[in-house]
Amino acid sequence: MLELRDVHTYYGNIQALKGITLEIRNGEIITLIGANGAGKSSTLMSICGVAPPRSGEILFRGEPITRMSPDHIVSLGVCQVPEGRHIFPQLTVQENLDMGAFLRTDKEEIRRDLEYVFSLFPILAERRAQAGGTLSGGEQQMLAMSRALMARPQLLLLDEPSMGLAPLIIRQIFEIIKKINQEQDTTIFLVEQNANQALQIADRGYVIENGTITISDTAENLLANSDVQKAYLGI
Amino acid sequence: MEYFIELFFSGLTRGAIYALIALGYTMVYGIIGLINFAHGEIYMIGAFTSFVVATVLSIYGFPLLSIILLAGLAAAVWSASYGYTVEKIAYRPLRHAPRLSALISAIGMSIFLQNYVLLAQSPDFQPFPELIPDFEFMEPFAHVVGSSDVVILLTTALVMVGLTLLIKFSRLGKAMRATAQDRTMAMLVGIDVNKIISMTFIIGSSLAAIGGMLIASHIGQINFFIGFIAGIKAFTAAVLGGIGSIPGAVLGGFVLGLTESFATGYVSSDYEDVFAFSLLVLILIFKPAGLLGREAAEKV
Ligand SMILES: Nc1ncnc2c1ncn2[C@@H]1O[C@H](COP(=O)(O)OP(=O)(O)OP(=O)(O)O)[C@@H](O)[C@H]1O
Ligand SMILES: [Mg+2]
Repeated sequence: MLELRDVHTYYGNIQALKGITLEIRNGEIITLIGANGAGKSSTLMSICGVAPPRSGEILFRGEPITRMSPDHIVSLGVCQVPEGRHIFPQLTVQENLDMGAFLRTDKEEIRRDLEYVFSLFPILAERRAQAGGTLSGGEQQMLAMSRALMARPQLLLLDEPSMGLAPLIIRQIFEIIKKINQEQDTTIFLVEQNANQALQIADRGYVIENGTITISDTAENLLANSDVQKAYLGI
Repeated sequence: MEYFIELFFSGLTRGAIYALIALGYTMVYGIIGLINFAHGEIYMIGAFTSFVVATVLSIYGFPLLSIILLAGLAAAVWSASYGYTVEKIAYRPLRHAPRLSALISAIGMSIFLQNYVLLAQSPDFQPFPELIPDFEFMEPFAHVVGSSDVVILLTTALVMVGLTLLIKFSRLGKAMRATAQDRTMAMLVGIDVNKIISMTFIIGSSLAAIGGMLIASHIGQINFFIGFIAGIKAFTAAVLGGIGSIPGAVLGGFVLGLTESFATGYVSSDYEDVFAFSLLVLILIFKPAGLLGREAAEKV
């Protein structure tokens, strides 16, 4: 479904990605784990066209999207919940959700999807008229995920959804990620520092260090890998 | 009392024009964080466009109402195309450069447009045709408020209601607000951010052009320099109200217009600027973000 081939990305003179190659197949949950500054967020921003690669190729369903504009990439069905959630602070919860469906015109289906996200996160229905910026961290994460779902993505990119949340909420968020993957048939690319939780729900995983992929394996093998255990699982 | 009312209305009229121009400053600042110094010139170009169109149409004997509408439309379209082009060639290439670069580019654009009109027209003031006649039903009030004041106030009110509805409810308006609040996220939900920024310049420029036509007809003359002064005043109004805030720009415009009018009427026209800028300083001391501005910490 998505393929990165030797992707190099720069911010001015700073090189963030030094040749990322990875593949995500239809229906999978794939996780990308790595330390601070390894290039996880840069990988997602490159896929979405916000930080387009200087060289290399990104293919979605076999078609190159490497130099497409971000809105074009979204229209193909690739959506991201960025690190730090990026809720529009002065838009209401409802308006934030509307923005998620910005490119859609199928009103009936949008209404159905709205009901779906409210069924996943009932608290959001209660907070519909409240400004997004006034929600708690956990609620903001729920809103950010719901907003992405409103686009009906085929591929959902999640950047550290567990960041700064209490263990109970983290568990809930991971359960819902799994549920979205199964119920909506959405392929998921999950960036996490919380490697243990991520590997529990993932099919396969990649380890990124210093802008390159160093390990690629099934989630089970990664959980058992002693290097991974030492560096990312705190064992 | 009559004098007071007269000053009040003339202050409102001035304020309405400041507000129309200030909206462009504040919308552009809200969306790309740039003080568009060329905006005063866009207003001046609007005034000139309506001047040319109105003069030609009146030679051919068009009815007054159609002259106003056509001149206003031409001014809005022409200024919008200037605003659009200025953004595209002078600001967009510098979007990721340090802010100072874009600011200098804006000042450069302002000077360029001013001199371009100076060369194309002439440095002298030119008489602007009177587009708004004295209405008969206004006669009993004519000693305190003129017909053109009423037309200016009503037009401004209409434009502002329209703009508010647009921003609050339309798809474009929501996209504009989203882009102003978080540009990266706006891209990630599929908003074509470049298009939204262009639209912001187009809308702001059209509003300034309408303001330019109305005030030029009210005052009765124009030259290439009117954009500089009006631009600074409108910018002051935008800061006064809280730059980035749309209701703030409107409020700031009226506060500034009224202050100037009363200062001129009760003290002396020599002091109108002193009062205007003293007011600005005072408000910024007590409310650094402006009357309706957000505190810097939560600026988006
Ligand atoms: N906008 C930017 N401008 C300049 N450098 C950047 C920018 N964004 C990221 N970088 C640099 O690129 C490198 C990779 O950053 P990235 O945000 O992708 O890391 P990350 O793996 O997501 O880290 P974290 O776990 O802290 O979120 C870092 O060295 C970072 O300093
Ligand atoms: Mg990151």
